[in-house]
Amino acid sequence: MSIIPGVDLLTTLVQKNYFVDGVTLIGRSVVQQFKSLGSFCLYIGEIIRQAFKPPVRWDLIFQQLEFVGNQSLSIIVLTGFFTGAVFALQIGGIFQIFRAESIMGAATAKALTREMAPLMTAFLLTGRAGSSMTAEIATMRVNEQVDAMEAMAVDPINYLVVPRVIACMCIIPMLCGIFIFIGIIGAYVTGVAVFDVDVGVFVDRIKWMVEPRDIANGLEKAFFFAMIISSIACRYGLKAYGGAKGVGQATTRSVVATLLVILLCDVFITFVQLRL
Amino acid sequence: MSTAIAFQNITKKFGSRAVLSDLNLEIPRGKITFIVGKSGEGKSVTIKHIMGLLKPDVGRVIVEGQDITDFNHEQLRQYRKNFGMLFQQAALFDSLTVGQNVIFPLKEHSNMPLSAMLARVEETLTQVGLPNMQHRYPTDLSTGEKKRVGLARALVSKPAIILYDEPTTGMDPIVSEMIDDLIVQINKDIENITSVVISHDLKAALATAEYIVFLYKGKVALAGTPNDFKSTKDPIVRQFFSGKVEGPMEFL
Repeated sequence: MSIIPGVDLLTTLVQKNYFVDGVTLIGRSVVQQFKSLGSFCLYIGEIIRQAFKPPVRWDLIFQQLEFVGNQSLSIIVLTGFFTGAVFALQIGGIFQIFRAESIMGAATAKALTREMAPLMTAFLLTGRAGSSMTAEIATMRVNEQVDAMEAMAVDPINYLVVPRVIACMCIIPMLCGIFIFIGIIGAYVTGVAVFDVDVGVFVDRIKWMVEPRDIANGLEKAFFFAMIISSIACRYGLKAYGGAKGVGQATTRSVVATLLVILLCDVFITFVQLRL
Repeated sequence: MSTAIAFQNITKKFGSRAVLSDLNLEIPRGKITFIVGKSGEGKSVTIKHIMGLLKPDVGRVIVEGQDITDFNHEQLRQYRKNFGMLFQQAALFDSLTVGQNVIFPLKEHSNMPLSAMLARVEETLTQVGLPNMQHRYPTDLSTGEKKRVGLARALVSKPAIILYDEPTTGMDPIVSEMIDDLIVQINKDIENITSVVISHDLKAALATAEYIVFLYKGKVALAGTPNDFKSTKDPIVRQFFSGKVEGPMEFL
């Protein structure tokens, strides 16, 4: 037995190659992650290249605008209203302690414009539109429809991905704007009904506290989130394999990855916006 | 016999497993060639090399005199315009009607006026025995009808080479024979069209093909006319013909 504790264990681990195996495993995993990142960057590059390549597929873009925009409108309105109302209710209770309930609407509007509306819109659209995009393209992939497209000399990125990305980048900032507006209405209803805030004061405080820059920053975020939602959703769809199970797995992975990337990018974008 | 497609010393590995191993193959122009072999012998890999969907690890693929091995993305896109392909499950776009499916390659690559395209679509659908079906959706069609729509889509742009991936797999004998008859009819109707059919169905190959290639262990075990196959003494080919488990053929 060794006089230094743990040396025997260390020797055994070295002799049995556990260290080498462990380091190899970690190394492989890191290399794989970098490969995936590189491949994703190439994919984004290809989307940009194809976006400027004719033909412009207006019919497909309008189809996606209708699907992402029109069909998500009701859920955006409902969620926006209740988010604004609940936020106002929570924050109003605290402000009431300090007799500052008059700025409750302004605080809600500020939070909605800068953070909550773009984030909630992105989350909702990831669940409603992003997952559907992944499932649709993944089904096309496993049923050889994407192969058929390639065999007919049609680039799947040009035909399937670019119209979805363009449509999302156009419509999601608009949906975010609607979310903000409806959210403020929700806060207004709560403020007036529960906290008895004067209508004029409510609006005046919002004008005083919320700057055009706040709205611009919120819409900027929504624009970037739109790119993330559509590009990741399509990517997972195109990479799907293995029948119905593969479609399900691709959809789940796509939603999880999109949400994580959105949160990560949110920190980065917020940091940049606050510094500028 | 002039050659439409030639494989020169092609090797293709997936991981450590060589699916194609120093494969040399010539497919004649203007004829119906069946590529047969048991599952996992590289038939689909062969067809994907012809389409440029896979690149060989070693060797060259020559199609209509062009070496396509090192074609870039854009060259491949142009090259694929000369092909029609019928997929195993037809691979019709579910969101499009039959007419929209068939017109798809024309809309993408042709400068024809819309009226001429529509006329061509109707003509091609009639050719495969499905007139007046343009407004139906793929989900409303039977498997045989889907295959025929897939065939119409492959034919509509009048390709020089048409590839069939297991065209009769999973179909009843009557529909299978109908599809085989269509393959023969198309080769008669369209001058100089080269048809390459991937199949397990040796009976169909003997009845339909003008040239047969038998793949075994990633190589050509036998290539020749149906008569060459009927008279062969090669034990592996004979075992495949007889469909017996006992014999020299190895199963993985």
